[in-house]
Amino acid sequence: MSYEKAQSKNVIWDWLTTVDHKKIGIMYLAGGAFFFALGGLEAILMRIQLMFPEFSFVQAQTFNELLTMHGTTMIFLAAMPLLFGFMNFIIPLQIGARDVAFPFLNALGFWLFLFGGLLLNVSWFVGGAPDAGWTAYVPLSSESPGHGLDYYVLGLQVGGLGTLIGGINFLVTIINMRAPGMSMMRMPLFTWSSFVASMLILFAFPALTIGLLLLMLERLFGGTFFAVDFGGNVIIWQHLFWIFGHPEVYILILPAFGIFSEILPTFAKKRLFGYSAMVFATLIIGFLGFMVWAHHMFTVGMGPVANAIFAVATMAIAVPTGIKIFNWLLTLWGGRIQFTTANLFALGFIPSFVMGGVTGVMLATSAANYQFHDTYFVVAHFHYVIIGGVVLGLFGGAFYWWPKMFGYRLNETLGKWFFWLFLTGFHLTFFVQHFLGLMGMQRRVASYLGGQGLESMNFISTMGAFLMTIAFILFLINIFVSTNNKENAADPWDGRTLEWTTPSPVPEYNFAQTPLVRDLDAYWYEKYEGDGKMKAAEPLGDIHMPNGTILPVLISLGLIIASFGFIYMVIPLIIAGLGVTFGSMFVRSIKEDHGYHIPVEEIKRDKEEG
Amino acid sequence: MAENEAMEQQQTLPPNPEKATLEGRNKYLGFWFFLGGETVLFGSLFGTYLGLRSGVLDGPGPADLFHLDLVFIMTMILLTSSLTSVFAVINMKRGNYKGLLIWMWATVALGVAFLVFEIYEFYEYYHQGLGFSTSAFASAFYTLVGTHGAHVLFGVLWITTLLIRYRKSGLTLTNAPKFYTAVLYWHFIDVVWVFIFTVVYLLGIGG
Amino acid sequence: MSSHVDPSAPLQGEPTKNTQRKLKKEMRTQLVSFVLMIFITSMAFLSIASDAIPSGFAIPFILLLAAIQVTLQLYFFMHMNEKGTAWVNIMIWSGLFIAVLTVAALMLLIGVVKY
Repeated sequence: MSYEKAQSKNVIWDWLTTVDHKKIGIMYLAGGAFFFALGGLEAILMRIQLMFPEFSFVQAQTFNELLTMHGTTMIFLAAMPLLFGFMNFIIPLQIGARDVAFPFLNALGFWLFLFGGLLLNVSWFVGGAPDAGWTAYVPLSSESPGHGLDYYVLGLQVGGLGTLIGGINFLVTIINMRAPGMSMMRMPLFTWSSFVASMLILFAFPALTIGLLLLMLERLFGGTFFAVDFGGNVIIWQHLFWIFGHPEVYILILPAFGIFSEILPTFAKKRLFGYSAMVFATLIIGFLGFMVWAHHMFTVGMGPVANAIFAVATMAIAVPTGIKIFNWLLTLWGGRIQFTTANLFALGFIPSFVMGGVTGVMLATSAANYQFHDTYFVVAHFHYVIIGGVVLGLFGGAFYWWPKMFGYRLNETLGKWFFWLFLTGFHLTFFVQHFLGLMGMQRRVASYLGGQGLESMNFISTMGAFLMTIAFILFLINIFVSTNNKENAADPWDGRTLEWTTPSPVPEYNFAQTPLVRDLDAYWYEKYEGDGKMKAAEPLGDIHMPNGTILPVLISLGLIIASFGFIYMVIPLIIAGLGVTFGSMFVRSIKEDHGYHIPVEEIKRDKEEG
Repeated sequence: MAENEAMEQQQTLPPNPEKATLEGRNKYLGFWFFLGGETVLFGSLFGTYLGLRSGVLDGPGPADLFHLDLVFIMTMILLTSSLTSVFAVINMKRGNYKGLLIWMWATVALGVAFLVFEIYEFYEYYHQGLGFSTSAFASAFYTLVGTHGAHVLFGVLWITTLLIRYRKSGLTLTNAPKFYTAVLYWHFIDVVWVFIFTVVYLLGIGG
Repeated sequence: MSSHVDPSAPLQGEPTKNTQRKLKKEMRTQLVSFVLMIFITSMAFLSIASDAIPSGFAIPFILLLAAIQVTLQLYFFMHMNEKGTAWVNIMIWSGLFIAVLTVAALMLLIGVVKY
């Protein structure tokens, strides 16, 4: 395809076929935001049901479906894609690259996620969503009637494949595509933490793939892995799920840590305190993340020695996490702190996340865990780390990078209202849940009896959830009312890293000339030691770009068709779907596609205009 | 930048044509990382099998089913195919494209032979009363060895596609990484088989 | 567009003398490691087939042989011994490490025996 042809596509076709990491990043954000709203709606419905004792707002079966879909949606379809959105958009810019290592696979990863998520949600309309909890413990899940769990298995399998592809893409991008001078130890911390998170994805998701494969074989093909009367064992699922599931929570939190490590130095006007200790702590968290999965299974009966080992390993994670917390505090210490919305989220994160961390250490005490297990104490704990960590990180990142991604700044006044309402609502919702749990309220119950002292705190919790909803709506309004704040969008925060050297919106080739990196916080260095502009590492020249292609959509679509075939056991549908998928892969393999070049005149013209 | 490097090496063949371009280096590294993930994938399957292998119930167990001679032949076939693919890569680096193609075809042929034996093996076991749903052992065995077999099948189809697509093209900067990653994949299949014949078959008979 | 290299053009020329020498040496190394693998495999099969060897010895022995053979595959056939494979080594060994953990957990910690 020539340059001219590449420019003249209609808008929808352009987005369907794009392999540009920035567009894919934006699509991840849009898809993730949609599922975030959906998961939030599910949460609100559950909170309304629990507002009063023995309330009958939804039936118990619907409640089970809501809680399953809320967890699954928020983890797999909201938090991860939203983080992937930032990673996609920001990482190549931060390391001075024109693109990711595998633009085609990047697009494929996105479409697999989107189609997997849609497949999962189709279950609502065809006889009921999955109802066995997001952990889908067997035999509850393997014996669950209807097709809900089949949708769970296949939807997550397709989506998980996309995540794995995305993870490999980020790893290779970060290793192979860094600009000259950008050594590993000069990489911004968001890139570093995304790198470690991608390593976790690479090694954790295969365990989920196998777990889901076994559950699929069990449900659809008469496998007997989990059937005790056939010599099967139900604990195998729990291990496979948590060998994936525990690293998964670090996959979520590490990029969020990275976002805070970008925001805090920018708004404290200080270099990140203890950069190398931060990198090291990230690696240690990544490593320990794989050592602790069985702390979700203390009450299974593995035995006291096994429990003790996993308890100690779990508590050890508090050490590198503590290193990070203190480094953030010392970054702020003596800094000239600006209380922008993005920074408010970072500042609000520190105490909120510490509270979640402390209850984490309490839960890690295996003897006490017998008391906490499966109560609202656990619910409170993981919402404190996931909302207090990941979601605050996502919102902070949104306010921080919005000008770069969309070319306009979000309104700060509305943003601060949003922050304070959201933070208040969040603590109101979940702080009381610690006590509900200690008083013996089980998690996942569809209702509770009156007269046991649970009423008032449940009511408070629901009010908090409403407050969070109002706050989120304010955020959505902010997106639409701020579109005119276009001035000063390229470097609004006096940024330190390479992404702020590009114009907003970013041209499709990112950098007209690959920048030369001379220090950590490359842009800051040039601002104070150089002339405020990046040195170029290469002369101006034609820029090679990959061609767009529709094949990623077709590959994903084929898998979805095949999934419907598997769920309803329609052999022709399976064959047709797999035919589309493998056929598209075959076409991709035999058709050489070398992309096109943007002529140097075009780049010069862009530069003059910018 | 990747192109300039390739330009300089027009006259003499690059020592590692698969890594002569940035695309090639990306492919090389990304594929290795994929294999790192596959390690955990097969680790999970091995763990499941080892956890469930005593769950035989009334069905036939490992010692009733497995025959060392058949497994030995299959092992030798796969080991030899690993060597032929090594020869293919050496020929690629020598610039002997014809040699690359011939040794790759040999690899494919051995892969097909392996698959024939495996299908025969599964057929035999089925007729000795080991259905997929017979016992937890049966499910775990078929899933582990079957997943490996599916990998072999995919490898055969992949390499055949490459061989037909590039039968006349000569070695290029585009197809060198493709052949190289296919060979890596093939070696990895062999690595997995080493564990399968040890852990499933030998331990099944001997332990 | 003529200044851009065509990635579909056949590569011309011979490898350098140095490379040719290396390839010759590699051919020998690979043949030796192949013979070694055949030998190791046969040993493993023999130690199980033979009644003379007690299973208490045979089981750890064949596991050791498998480990040796896999190392040969990875480092010689798959060239993980070459320069510039640091990231490859990191990822493969991390993967193996996590795979071993997984296998150990699924063998030992499934509630059949308490530890």
